[in-house]
Amino acid sequence: MDPLTPKDVEHIAQLAYIKLSDEESEDMRIQLTNILGHFASLSTVDTDGVEPTGHTTDSNTVMRQDEPKPPLSQEEVLRNAPDRDGEFVRVRPVLE
Amino acid sequence: MTTQSDNSDFYFSTARELRAKFDAREISSVEATRSILERISALEPSLNSYITVTAERAIADAELADRRLQGSGQEPTSLTGIPVMVKDNFSTKDVETTAASNILKGYIPPYDGTVVSLLKEAGAVILGKGNLDEFAMGSSNETSAFGPVHNPWDTDRVPGGSSGGAAAGVAAGECFIAFGSDTGGSIRQPAAFCGVVGMKPTYGLVSRFGLLAFGSSLDQIGPLTRSVADCADALNIVSSHDLRDSTSVAPPFTDFGKDIDAGVAGMNIGVPKEYLVDGMDLGVREAFEASLKTLEDLGANISETSLPLTDHALAVYYIIAPSEASANLSRYDGVKYGLGVFDGKTSAQATEAARGAGFGDEVKRRIFLGTYALSAGYYDAYYKKAQQVRTLIRREFTDAFLKFDALVTPTSPSTAFKIGAKIDDPFQMYMNDICTIPVNIAGLPSISVPGGMSNGLPVGLQFIGPQFGDTMVIRAAAAYERATNWHQNHPLI
Repeated sequence: MDPLTPKDVEHIAQLAYIKLSDEESEDMRIQLTNILGHFASLSTVDTDGVEPTGHTTDSNTVMRQDEPKPPLSQEEVLRNAPDRDGEFVRVRPVLE
Repeated sequence: MTTQSDNSDFYFSTARELRAKFDAREISSVEATRSILERISALEPSLNSYITVTAERAIADAELADRRLQGSGQEPTSLTGIPVMVKDNFSTKDVETTAASNILKGYIPPYDGTVVSLLKEAGAVILGKGNLDEFAMGSSNETSAFGPVHNPWDTDRVPGGSSGGAAAGVAAGECFIAFGSDTGGSIRQPAAFCGVVGMKPTYGLVSRFGLLAFGSSLDQIGPLTRSVADCADALNIVSSHDLRDSTSVAPPFTDFGKDIDAGVAGMNIGVPKEYLVDGMDLGVREAFEASLKTLEDLGANISETSLPLTDHALAVYYIIAPSEASANLSRYDGVKYGLGVFDGKTSAQATEAARGAGFGDEVKRRIFLGTYALSAGYYDAYYKKAQQVRTLIRREFTDAFLKFDALVTPTSPSTAFKIGAKIDDPFQMYMNDICTIPVNIAGLPSISVPGGMSNGLPVGLQFIGPQFGDTMVIRAAAAYERATNWHQNHPLI
């Protein structure tokens, strides 16, 4: 396969919401290109008409009874928030 | 290195032996727990098996267990009063749970995962939280944000990973049983490197509720122990049908140790030749061949077989597991819990900064791999293709189990390697999982038992069974254990 470009890495970083330094980005580009190169042989396996496997057990959507159960308290939910204002979690503006 | 302490018989006894001492009133759970806590204090500077030790809670649990053992209240179980470790990717109410990541330092869960609840109900004494590779991503325990774990057999070497703290803790007598998670070998490979028993049950047998998710279709919790019997006992306690895990399988559950004494005479055991990879350590190969001879002497029919798709298992795994990880780890956004970084102008920038600062190199690498494999234009070539080959790998195993009761392989192509030897070459590190990964892809049960020594380091022997053949692999492993004394070797620490 063709090596990943810096632009590819930038695109993945955006999709993954991870900020990398310039040095990290270049290391990532080289390592991903190397790892993906090892996976190229997968394309030689004939999978025509083969169903994909997501899980190895027959997992169907499991619905519980629609009965209310005690929820976590507000304090329990909020106590781990890194930035909190009283009974609110503080976040930065969503729009610039 | 310290010499073998006078108390080593106690530290290295099995959970069953300790339980018998409780019943004979030779020692109480509180005494045993205090003694283990002292040993943890003495050994941790050289091993680093634990991220958190919860000494006060453990003593309180042990006091309750002693009352239960003396007949007040609920009937005791096989684990009542037994000091155990749980890996630090198990959610524990009111006890810091980090997954060995900077992004979760300081996180105090408001709930216990199902396995932790089951252990508490059984009366087990939880000593603390075991060190691991960050988010269980690694094969050497070197990616932990809390520093590497050192192998008790040679502290310059890795304990394996990702359940490195669990394996080192059991091997060094810092707990009697540990519970880890195994996504591609993370219980079995460290068990092999540290000379203990480690089992990955059939996918779905043990609830994943409260296990910090890595690869949800591959992750499975299981025990690390000093005997196969302890492993069966522990699995009996932690297996359950859990409505909070939609992949959890329905009962009835059997006693996983019910056939433990049945032996392997007449059992058909296959040796898939693809697992004997080029570059396998000579010592591992020799130990494996000696183990095959042992099994033959016990009356098993050993024959070579071929699972040709094994060659593609690594690619399938390192596409599917990172893809699932990239989705699972999207929850760490620096808003509701975990590390927050607020130097960006917008919410999105704050999240990018928190994730950039909070995740380590290996976790970022896997999130990037998975994000790429799932992204537009690559999904069919990578993710879908890997899922299709996964189907073929499962079929290959299903066909093999028409002929064989179990398969046997080395657990890892090498013994414990030096700290630092592979950390700069991710693909070399991934190659170390070649013998364990196919089992997770197919959701099968598998156990690693001490299967020899090479240059003073333990070698693991892996049994693989058909789906829900957990009793079968326990039976085969127990027969091998009875015929050998590898499990009685302990590190001089």
